[in-house]
Amino acid sequence: MTTRTTAAPAEAPHGVARLLAGMRDDGRPVGLQEHLGLHGPLVGGSGLIERVTASGLRGRGGGGFPTGTKLRAVADQRKRPFTVVNGTEGEPASRKDKALLRTVPHLVLDGALTAATAVGSREIIICIARSAARERAVLAAALAERRDKVHWRLASIPDGFVSGEETALLSALGGRAAKPTVKPPYPFERGLDNAPSLVQNAETLAHVALIARHGPGWFRSLGTETEPGTALVSLSGAVRRPGVYEIELGTPLQGLIAQAGGPSEQIDAYLVGGYFGGWTREADLRLTASSGLGAGVVVALPTATCALAETARIARYLANESAGQCGPCARGLAALAGGLEQLASGKYDDRSRLARWAQQVAGRGACHHPDGAARFVTSALATFAAETDTHLKHRRCRHRDRGVLRAAGA
Amino acid sequence: MSKLLRLDPIACDGHGLCAELFPERIRLDDWGFPIVDQRSIPPALEEHARRAVADCPKIALRLVTARTVPGER
Ligand SMILES: Cc1cc2nc3c(=O)[nH]c(=O)nc-3n(C[C@H](O)[C@H](O)[C@H](O)COP(=O)(O)O)c2cc1C
Ligand code: SF4
Repeated sequence: MTTRTTAAPAEAPHGVARLLAGMRDDGRPVGLQEHLGLHGPLVGGSGLIERVTASGLRGRGGGGFPTGTKLRAVADQRKRPFTVVNGTEGEPASRKDKALLRTVPHLVLDGALTAATAVGSREIIICIARSAARERAVLAAALAERRDKVHWRLASIPDGFVSGEETALLSALGGRAAKPTVKPPYPFERGLDNAPSLVQNAETLAHVALIARHGPGWFRSLGTETEPGTALVSLSGAVRRPGVYEIELGTPLQGLIAQAGGPSEQIDAYLVGGYFGGWTREADLRLTASSGLGAGVVVALPTATCALAETARIARYLANESAGQCGPCARGLAALAGGLEQLASGKYDDRSRLARWAQQVAGRGACHHPDGAARFVTSALATFAAETDTHLKHRRCRHRDRGVLRAAGA
Repeated sequence: MSKLLRLDPIACDGHGLCAELFPERIRLDDWGFPIVDQRSIPPALEEHARRAVADCPKIALRLVTARTVPGER
């Protein structure tokens, strides 16, 4: 546990800005003393698993798995576990984990430390993408400020959409390629060095740090009954102020758009849940994991871009990002991308085969990459059905692809 | 105890023999990779399942006893 307790116990954050409460206007990271002044000392780990379970916190890395259940499963293993912070954030439209690590690093580190203590880890490995130079520097400086009784390690993982998948992450840490492995065994039972491994998303751990301090009742005072708390959202596209926002779970989409200053031009549809998510035109959709929020990516797609070309480009990106290990993923995602490209150019109507392929690839890989990609494509075909008809009729689109949906490197 | 067929999609290279040996529960997708029915296997079909498992050149198929694990993304 953190031993320095010079700061007086702080009050629990009142508003919706919980994780981002301490964020400085100048964008510089919050140092340890400032952090302790803001949130108070980190209180002991006993009963943490019960408190996290009672809080109803679900993982913010995209899977939405109950965090208390995972902590319990790891704590119940016989061997000493590793704790792994997943800060790789491979999805190009996602910014929230990097934002957290860059601005309030000690919140994530506190969460990792309490979780590690609760499950009996002595070693915590913080994983960030190789390209995340700024975050690496901030974390190294933050670690140098702390005197914790654990061994911290900062690891760089090769960039890539799939490298943040938990077994890919553990493979990379083990010195192998950052590619997923077959489950079972699951990381909670057998992960790094064959030891149980607690893999949690960076944002999940930041919530844990606050639940440890203020308790499950406080956590549940925002959000919905089944999905309590707040969540970070990476919002991009046709809004006046794109960026990372903290919302109360259950907030309607239009409330988020309003927070970002409203639309910057006419919006056609929203992508909720990023490149594993789905499209919607319902502005009153309540944002929760069960409504598809995933890892918190929302993109407002303007009317003045070609939705089909945008979708096809991301489908191709996802196909290229396949680890190429599983037949249906390697072959199927490329087929889906090809079919969408044909539709976008108005050349060829392959919709019945696209629907069949999307159904065939879902659930057929060692990881959920093909499932997510299939969901993204299926939802695009449903949402942009009228546009597709127009494309096929006129063999072209009024709009060009403005690159609103970002692929890595773009 | 009910038995399930489990496929290792990384090991599988789409040989397709399993679908011939156990068509009741295994069919091939558009690229020739097996789609394995996840329902439990009745005792009457267990012999077919074992053949498919034994003859897979990549040892990608296994017959396992059903158990529940906390599924994760
Ligand atoms: C293709 C793929 C990519 C993923 N990328 C990330 C990622 O970049 N960051 C992350 O935290 N989780 C990612 N995940 C989810 C992780 O496998 C894992 O569920 C998560 O880190 C667990 O943390 P949580 O329970 O706190 O959400 C990915 C999953 C898949 C299938
Ligand atoms: S499903 Fe795709 S991304 Fe996942 S392990 Fe298999 S080939 Fe790799």
